Amino acid sequence: MSEASITATVSPRSPGLLRRLVGSAAVPLLAVFTAVVIGAIFIVLAGFDPREAYLGLIDGAFGDAGSMTRTLVKMTPLVFSGLAVAFAFKGGLFNIGAQGQLIIGSVTSAWVGFALQVDLGNPTLSAIVHITLSLLAGALGGALWGAIPGLLKAYTGAHEVITTIMFNFIASNLISWLLNAGSPGDGIPPGPLNDGNGVIARTPQIMETARLPVIFDPPGPQALHLGIFLAIIGALLILLLIARSTFGFELRMVGLNPSAARYSGISVKRITVMTMVIAGALAGLAGAMQTLGVNYRYEPNQSLGLGFDAITVALLGSNNPVGVLLAAFLFGAMDAGSTRMQFNSGVPSEIILVVQALILMFVAADQIVRAIYRIRGEGGIGQMLSTGWGQR
Amino acid sequence: MQANTKNVVLEVQNITKQFPGVLANDNVSMKLHEGEILALLGENGAGKSTLMNIIYGLYHADSGSVMLNGREVHFASPREAIHSGIGMVHQHFQLIPVMTVAENIVLGEEVTNGIFLDMAEAARRVRELSEQHNLAVDPDALIEDLPVGIQQRVEIIKALYRDAQILILDEPTAVLTPQEVQELFKIMRNLAARGVSIIFITHKLKEVLAVAHRIVVMRGGRVVGTTTPQESTEASLAAMMVGREVLLRVEKSPAHPEDIILEVDGLSAEDDRGHMVVRNVSLQVRAGEVLGVAGVQGNGQTELVEVLTGLRRASSGSFQIRGRLLTNASPRAITSAGSGHIPEDRQRYGMVKSYTVAENLVLNTYYTKPFASDPNWRMLPFFGAAYTAVALISFGVMALIWNTLWDNALWPLVLGLFGITDPAEAGREAMSTPNLIGLIVLIVLTLLLGSVAHQIAVRVMRWLRPHVEPRLRHMLGGSDGLVFNYDAVDRYAERLVKEYDIRTPSVQTPGGSLSGGNQQKMVVAREFGRSPKLLIAAQPTRGIDVGSIEFIHQRIVAQRDAGAAVLLVSAELDEITALSDRIAVIYKGEIVATVPADTVTREQLGLLMAGASAEDVLRAPAEAIA
Amino acid sequence: MLSNMTTTASNNRTILTTAIGAVLAVAAAFAAASFAGPATVVAVINASIRGTVPIALGAMSGIFSERSAIVNIGIEGMMLIAAYVGFMLNVFLSGPNIPAFLQYEPVRLMVALAGGVFVGGLMGLLHALLSVRFKVDQIISGTVINTLALGLTGYLYLAGATTSGRLPPLIANPFDESAGVAYWIGEIIFNKGIITYLTVILIIAITIALFRTAWGLRTRAIGEHPRAADTLGVNVYRLQYFNLFISGCMAGLGGVFLTLEAVGSFERGMTSGRGFIALAVMIFGKWHPLGAAAGALLFGFATALQGQLQFFGINIPHQFIGMLPYLLTVIVLAGFVGRARPPAHDGVPYEVE
Repeated sequence: MSEASITATVSPRSPGLLRRLVGSAAVPLLAVFTAVVIGAIFIVLAGFDPREAYLGLIDGAFGDAGSMTRTLVKMTPLVFSGLAVAFAFKGGLFNIGAQGQLIIGSVTSAWVGFALQVDLGNPTLSAIVHITLSLLAGALGGALWGAIPGLLKAYTGAHEVITTIMFNFIASNLISWLLNAGSPGDGIPPGPLNDGNGVIARTPQIMETARLPVIFDPPGPQALHLGIFLAIIGALLILLLIARSTFGFELRMVGLNPSAARYSGISVKRITVMTMVIAGALAGLAGAMQTLGVNYRYEPNQSLGLGFDAITVALLGSNNPVGVLLAAFLFGAMDAGSTRMQFNSGVPSEIILVVQALILMFVAADQIVRAIYRIRGEGGIGQMLSTGWGQR
Repeated sequence: MQANTKNVVLEVQNITKQFPGVLANDNVSMKLHEGEILALLGENGAGKSTLMNIIYGLYHADSGSVMLNGREVHFASPREAIHSGIGMVHQHFQLIPVMTVAENIVLGEEVTNGIFLDMAEAARRVRELSEQHNLAVDPDALIEDLPVGIQQRVEIIKALYRDAQILILDEPTAVLTPQEVQELFKIMRNLAARGVSIIFITHKLKEVLAVAHRIVVMRGGRVVGTTTPQESTEASLAAMMVGREVLLRVEKSPAHPEDIILEVDGLSAEDDRGHMVVRNVSLQVRAGEVLGVAGVQGNGQTELVEVLTGLRRASSGSFQIRGRLLTNASPRAITSAGSGHIPEDRQRYGMVKSYTVAENLVLNTYYTKPFASDPNWRMLPFFGAAYTAVALISFGVMALIWNTLWDNALWPLVLGLFGITDPAEAGREAMSTPNLIGLIVLIVLTLLLGSVAHQIAVRVMRWLRPHVEPRLRHMLGGSDGLVFNYDAVDRYAERLVKEYDIRTPSVQTPGGSLSGGNQQKMVVAREFGRSPKLLIAAQPTRGIDVGSIEFIHQRIVAQRDAGAAVLLVSAELDEITALSDRIAVIYKGEIVATVPADTVTREQLGLLMAGASAEDVLRAPAEAIA
Repeated sequence: MLSNMTTTASNNRTILTTAIGAVLAVAAAFAAASFAGPATVVAVINASIRGTVPIALGAMSGIFSERSAIVNIGIEGMMLIAAYVGFMLNVFLSGPNIPAFLQYEPVRLMVALAGGVFVGGLMGLLHALLSVRFKVDQIISGTVINTLALGLTGYLYLAGATTSGRLPPLIANPFDESAGVAYWIGEIIFNKGIITYLTVILIIAITIALFRTAWGLRTRAIGEHPRAADTLGVNVYRLQYFNLFISGCMAGLGGVFLTLEAVGSFERGMTSGRGFIALAVMIFGKWHPLGAAAGALLFGFATALQGQLQFFGINIPHQFIGMLPYLLTVIVLAGFVGRARPPAHDGVPYEVE
């Protein structure tokens, strides 16, 4: 085993922290840079001015307090869903199911948000209780949706990559039924959680008490809600859990070498299930952020693609919670700025999808970036995910 | 032997090969004559395999040349080496278990009619070769159903099918019984007599003396000597191979067995494919003795050890450690009953390569105090509150003054990056004065608020702690503490590294970057470091250097003398005879005999390992059998 | 020829399962025909075939890849890109300033088909490049391809692009309604596009190639034990690149089927998980083309149910029927993984020493 592949799997306390930080940031930064350059080529090919486009993007993401707020709000669910993927990675699991866990979490939190009435006399107290319960509901919904693939993996060996994707589709079908507006003409009743508007598949609005408080409301459509701070605290707690707890020691061992974990007396099954439960809960919280902080109800397509961006965010952040925070910030900025980019330069905002896909390619295949820029070391994610389908 | 007067068929000259950090071959030269059996002798890591892989086209030498029949050759791949008549039988057989013998042999040189395979013709050719060279195999048998001895024949036929004139055998005897080894030697002599030249790679001295015409000894990437069996003894070869005098025997006093520590009763188990590979095994190991389990690889030893360490379920039978019934208990229950385990596959089970030496040294004790400690709850709110406060205030307020900051500092910077000097060009022109004083006031305010928040949070935590901590601990897996205490782990590791002479730059070095011998010493240190009452050592010295072997052997004997019961499983008969007080022979999953170590000969053990009945072997006088 | 195509007992069991399944299906068809009338049954069967083709082709893609020791979860993305390219080529070639002979519908459709398949193959090569040359974890590499496909087709997708025509039925039903049973059987056998027939031919051809040719022997060898093949002079990497290209082409054909034969238009994310279902089917079929084909039929039937159930007067919210293929996939994975033996080296990058 050469030295380089070892540095890829960060052990929390090896020496040379600063050098390692610089080293581990180089590849993601260069990956983003390369993707942006290739994105510019695509823009040119489509007949637009890339300078105008990117300036529009930056202005739309940071240009004023309103843009900045939009960036932070877009970033919030990405932090949680990115953590959901990164945390599972540390336990050797590739959670492509963040999307499903996330929409289940948004709906369960919306359900507690609109169906439950909390009145404890004092509005602040009521809000604290109701928000906590709604967040918990979101986490629980996501945890449940994550637990099933976890259990399947632990007890039957069904590979989580396929089962989590299947559960994404199952979740969207389930939600579509729960929320469908019905069609009285064909004798189809509206779904149990529909608000009865007869047209749109959505839940009723959540109660005032369940809404995440607004901390900053600049001019413009978007207000900054509490979620961003919950996200930051969440990331730090996950960091402590991974790097400084006995559970984290077990989790990382299962991810790096499940055989050694078994030898060491760790129940790989238990860790696998726990990993997916926690990952699912994080994804569920991501959904709850959208529901309780932005839309105040579950609406179709409110979290479209969030769960898949989460994969890129996790990999871009090297599966490290702090890295996830930074990567989510970048992605939040891209999402926030894309509208102004399209407005200013006429480039379809979908170019951002292409750039994000390219970023994923370059961080996932960091060996390519290393080859282009002649960075020494082997790279790779340090874990084997693809050891066949029948691993138990 | 007249070998030296024959033609030189292969000659390597001044081969040098550098790997990152290792000079694997340093100016190596040697010759091979027609019809000669040349033994290439050396320790693990002496550079034998590298040299052979260069000859075979798997590696490319940094400098030096390979001459085949007097012509210089440069093989870019094994394909070219094969076409030039070089065949190699690798230490780990390169056979595909789910395919037939014939399919394995013709792979790459298929017999076809048109575009379709002609397996009937292929089988006919295989049969022809096997008759011609006295190597009986059934072309239609599946490899996975064949014993290793036969698999090796398939490997040799593979080379002969490709008209190999030079045959490289890499550690061919590792998996054979002494009798099968004799059989292989017969085949080798037979082939040599037909003009095939053989390079025989090994580290076993007895075999070199038995079969080689000439011996080349390598050490540390260099050729340190060339000799013949007639001029050498085991001791002289060992000294040449290691570079110093070697203790061929382990110094140990007679054992003083005491109470029974491990009692195995009628244990049976299946392998991964569902075949019964451990059958009705019963044995006892007492405190203060070493019980060696001898047997050819693949006779159920691996599975037996896995059952005894909780890694595999027993299908029937039971075992007790210090009187506690632990059949099908978890590995942790068995470990905490006082059992230590040196696993056979150290890199798969024994360590996590990217974990530090320190982490690897507590791999299975991390959950006990002091390595698992209670969280310093005072720190948690500090981080939480400080970060929250800083984040809350700075984000919120930065947003308020963001316009100013952006317009005056950042936006011009961005524009500058794009080569624009006039902001109007980018469609924006807002400009105002920076509010520096406001910013400073806000940062001070943030810090003040942060410290107040911390004080409050500490008090809340103090009140919450007794309610939260036990529940969390239970939920996250029953460790003695929630926090992995790196300080305690490092202190413990420093001690073990010194005590067990683990050569590592520091305890923070990743375990995977140590040499094989030091990795094994790390595993040994971990298992011996907690003074086990029962020690299960599976292949404890496989693939490591002689220095580490000697060290580990001494430590095993020391553990025995300190009163531990040792169950030693090894495929090296020399190791078994050197360390054991009693020897149990395992054949096809059954213990066929258990005998005192000092009354049994190698030949008797060999016969038992090959499945001869214990009555026949042990009743007859040793000389009669030899 | 097919009966002795296989070497091991488990493969014989696969064929037995297929045969029993076929018999049961025919029996069920007759039972249903007497209950709901032949028109409905034929509609269900035809819908099943439409559902089967892309999944079967996806499974073939998986077999090419995984028999060569490379796990391929990028089938979904390869299908999607090929579906897009096939569709857009068709649109482009129908546009102005295109020579008349290219505008001619059969030529145009064939060019579109070939283009889609070729681009699928290129995606296969990309997967090979990432996982063979750059040693990227194969699961990650597949995810990259899926994401890239989703992003690119989303960006380049022109809403409202329409096209005239899709692949016509290759052979019309020679019987008319007065012919009774023959007409209904004709409705099943004929009136299918070229890709449907091609799929049947490909499944048989792949089976023969895999077990009866030198290429097949080498491919199976590198899936089981690449080093053994390497030491015998088989160029492992070259074979992996070649097979991954073919794997991509297979997935591409499945994608092109969706836009050029089944639907006639492109939608974002229109493969909706078929690539993953194909993987489950491949596992269900124990990495054997015939077994996978049988599995694909099962899933084709499950997808067909969604549109056809109301004909039988069964009223379940369509979303639950929509879950069926996905649930079935999970069940197949949970039930079959671990029992079926994958190629031994599947998913493990091969490194020349």
